[in-house]
Amino acid sequence: MSTTLPHAPLPADRAEAAEAFEDYKPPLSPGHAVVEANRCLYCEDAPCTIACPTHIDIPTFIRKIATGNIRGSAKTIFSSNILGMSCARVCPVEVLCVGDCVYNHLDQPPIQIGKLQRYATDVAFAEGWRFFEAGAPTGRSVGLVGAGPASLACAHELRRLGHACTIYEKRDVVGGLNSTGVAPYKMRADRSLEEVEWVLGIGGIEVKTGVELGRDLSFEALEAQHDAVFLGFGLGPDSWLEAAGSELSGVEGAVEFIEGMKLGTPDVSEVRRAVVIGGGNTALDAVRELVRMGIASVTMVYRGTEERMSGYAHEWKAGKLEDVKALWQRQPVGFEGEGRVTGVRCVKLGQDRQPIAGSEEVVPADLVLLAIGQGKLGELVSGLDGVTVERGRVVVGPDGATGRPGVFAGGDCANGGKEVVNAVAEGKAAAQAIHRSLGGN
Amino acid sequence: MADLTTNCGGIVSPNPFWLASAPPANSGDQVMRAFDHGWGGAVWKTLGTPIQNVSSRFGGLHYKGTKAIGFNNIELITDRPIETNLKEIAEVKRRYPKHAVIVSLMVETRDEWQDLIKRSIDAGADGLELNFGCPHGMCERGMGSAVGQEPRINERITSWAVEFSTVPVLVKLTPNVSDIVPHGMAAQRGGAHGVSLINTIKSIIGVDIDRMVLEPRVRGLSTNGGYCGAAVKPIALHMTAGLARHPDFNIPISGIGGIASWRDAVEFLLLGASSVQVCTEVMLRGYRVVEDMIEGLSNYMDSHGMKTLDDIVGRAVPSYSEWGELDLNYETIARIDPETCIGCYDCVVACQDGAHQCIYPGDNGARVPRIDESECVGCNLCQIVCPVPGCIEMVEVENGYPPATWNQHVATGAALRPKKGAH
Repeated sequence: MSTTLPHAPLPADRAEAAEAFEDYKPPLSPGHAVVEANRCLYCEDAPCTIACPTHIDIPTFIRKIATGNIRGSAKTIFSSNILGMSCARVCPVEVLCVGDCVYNHLDQPPIQIGKLQRYATDVAFAEGWRFFEAGAPTGRSVGLVGAGPASLACAHELRRLGHACTIYEKRDVVGGLNSTGVAPYKMRADRSLEEVEWVLGIGGIEVKTGVELGRDLSFEALEAQHDAVFLGFGLGPDSWLEAAGSELSGVEGAVEFIEGMKLGTPDVSEVRRAVVIGGGNTALDAVRELVRMGIASVTMVYRGTEERMSGYAHEWKAGKLEDVKALWQRQPVGFEGEGRVTGVRCVKLGQDRQPIAGSEEVVPADLVLLAIGQGKLGELVSGLDGVTVERGRVVVGPDGATGRPGVFAGGDCANGGKEVVNAVAEGKAAAQAIHRSLGGN
Repeated sequence: MADLTTNCGGIVSPNPFWLASAPPANSGDQVMRAFDHGWGGAVWKTLGTPIQNVSSRFGGLHYKGTKAIGFNNIELITDRPIETNLKEIAEVKRRYPKHAVIVSLMVETRDEWQDLIKRSIDAGADGLELNFGCPHGMCERGMGSAVGQEPRINERITSWAVEFSTVPVLVKLTPNVSDIVPHGMAAQRGGAHGVSLINTIKSIIGVDIDRMVLEPRVRGLSTNGGYCGAAVKPIALHMTAGLARHPDFNIPISGIGGIASWRDAVEFLLLGASSVQVCTEVMLRGYRVVEDMIEGLSNYMDSHGMKTLDDIVGRAVPSYSEWGELDLNYETIARIDPETCIGCYDCVVACQDGAHQCIYPGDNGARVPRIDESECVGCNLCQIVCPVPGCIEMVEVENGYPPATWNQHVATGAALRPKKGAH
C-alpha cells in the first residue's frame, strides 16, 4: 500500500505567511523549556491529564523534557494524541490542561503545558522521529469521510491495528480546519500539511481528494467498498444572516474569509473599518486576524453581553489588548451600501433581548464578516436506516457508534463544533470501537 | 533497541534498575507495584530482628526553591515480622519469576546469619545483600556501618554468608570511611559476588533555627541520620569508580547514591556499576519514574550504537586517573560569545573574586565582558556561573609545549609551560 497526499500546493504569498501572523505564543528556548519542566510538580492522577480530552500523560512528558529524554517525551505525547504538534498550538489550554494545573491554587503561575508540548513535538518533527508502525494486515478496510483531525486520528489508530484506510476529502487541501480554519498566529497551513504528511507516514492510508460524499461517492458505494465507515466531515458553510443588503459585496462568511486568508491573500487594501458579527470563537479569531492584517478599525458586534459571550474569555482579553472594539447587545437588521457594503444597521437589545425602539444606528464598515455559526452536514446521512441526525449533528454513543452497524462518526459533525483535541479523542475512540466491531480485541 | 538485560554478580534482571533496600521495597504489595511500573529488581528492606521506629524519621535539604535535593533518614531496618516478609517475598517471586528479588539482611551471630540466609533463599531470593552500611541506630548495636567500617569483620561475616548461601551475595558498603578500597577488598576476600555502594552518609540535615533543635525532630531531640538523594551522587560516583578502577578489585558493583534520572544511571554504568539502585527519587516521585529511566537509557544506548550493557559498563573508568598523570601543558581559555551574552557580569565577579582575575567589564560600557587571555588559567568557573547555554566555551590553545605530566616533570624534568594567573 502506498501513501498518497495529492493536496494542492499552498501559495507562498498567502496572507498567513506574512510577518503579521507570527506566533502569539512564541516557542520556548531549550533552556527555558528545562526550567519550566523542572517547575512541574509531577502530580499523580494529574488534573491536567484528566482535563485533556486525549488524556496525554502530561507530567510524564514534562519530566522527560527535564531529564533530557526529548524523544521519549514526544513519544509519550503522540502515544495519546497523534496530532500533538498542532494541539500544542491550537488547544485552548487556558480552559483545559493549564486551567486545571494545581499551581492555579498556589501563588505561582501554572505550568506552560502547551508550550512544553510544542517544544517536544517541534524537536520530534525537526529530527524526523517516527514512533509507530502499522499493525499486521487484517485484510479489513475502513472508509473515512473528511481529512480533518477526527479522520486522521481515527485512521492512524486503525493503521496501528492493521486495518487499511481510505480517506475521502471533498477539498483539494487536507488537514481540515488546522489547514483552513485555525487562526494563523496559532497554526499555519504549511505546518498543518507537514503534520498530515507525518501522520500518513505510518503508511497504508490512501487519501482521495476532490471526492465529496453524495456528489462523487454515494453512501451505498462507500459502505459497499469498506468493512466500516467513519464520518468525520465536520461542519458546513457559514450560516447566513438573511437581512436587507446581505448580498452586497464585502459581506462574507467568517469561516470562508479565514480559509481564503490561510490558503491565499484576500485583498483588504481598501478596507478601513471591519465589523465581525458574532461572539463565539470564530468571531474572536476573525477580529484578531483582521487587526493583524492591518485594518485600522475592527469591531465585534454581538447580540449578547460581554459576560455571556460564548468565545473564550482569554481570547477576548487578548483581542481587547490588540485594540479590538465591541458593541454588545446589538442586533444587525440590515446592511447599507450600493454594490459594496458601507455599514451595518443595528438595533440595541434590552435586558429582555428585545429590540429597543428607536435605537437603530449604522455602524460604518467596508468589510462585514458573519461569524454566527456554521451549517451542519448531518443531512448527508440523515436518510439512512439506523443513523439519527439531531439538529444537523450525527448522533453517536461514547465510542462514536451510530445506530447503523459499521458506521461511526466523530469530530465536529458529531459534536457540533468543538476543539481539534476533541476531534482527535473522538476519532481515536471510534477507531478502537471499529476495531472491536471488526472482531479485534 | 538496546538489550538492557542485566547480570550483576550472577543476579539477572530485565533491566539494571533496582529498588534499593529502603521504604519503597518494604512490602510485597509495594515491590509488585514497582515491578508493574518496570523496575527490574528490588532489594528488600533489610530483614533482621524487627525494630521499633521513631516519628519523625525523614528530613529534606531544600535549596533555592527546589525541594529535597538532599534527604536523610533515621529509620531503621524492617519493623515487620520476618515471617511476614518471607511470605511476601515468596509471593512476589511466584508472580514475578523474571524479576530479581534480592533480600537485604542484617543480624549479629553466625547462627542468625545461617538461619536467615536459609529462610530467605527458601522464600525464593535471587540474591542476598549484606547490610554493612546503615549509619544510625543499628551501628550502635554492633551492626550496619559498625561492620562496614571494619574490614576484618566485613570479611568474616561475608565469608559466613557465602558459605551458607546458594545464591549470589552482595555486600553493601558504607561511605562513612576514609577510603572505600580496603572495604571493597575485604568483601571480595570474603567471597562476595559483588558489592553495592554507597549506603547513606552520616549527616545532620539541618537545624530548626527557631526551636534550636536538629531535624528531623523527635520531641525535643534528634540524632545524626543517613544522607542520600541527588546531592550525594558525586560522592557515590567517586567511590564506585575508586573500586572499579582498582586493579585488584574484580567483582561487580551495584551503584547507589543520588540516581534520580537515566542520566545519573548512565554515569554510574560508565564508571563501572553493572546495576543501579534507587530509593530517594522513588520516595519523592513514585515508582513511575522508572519508565523514563529505562527509555532514556535505551535511547542513549541506541544513539551511541550500544547493543548491550557490556558496551557501556565501565567505559569511563579509564579516564579516571591520578593528578600526577594529567597533562600540565594542556591549556584552555574561556571565550565568550558576544552574540548570546546577556551582560549579567556574573562571570566577571566570579573570576575577579573567586578565580584568577582575568575577566573584566566590557570596554566603553559594553556589557560583553573582556577576557585577558594571557592571564586566563582555563579554570571553568565563568562557564559554570554563566546562565546562557553555550555562551562561554573553553577552547584549547596551542602553546607549542609537548604534553608533560607532573610525574614526568619530576622523573625526567619534562618542560612545563609558563604559569598563568600567578600574578
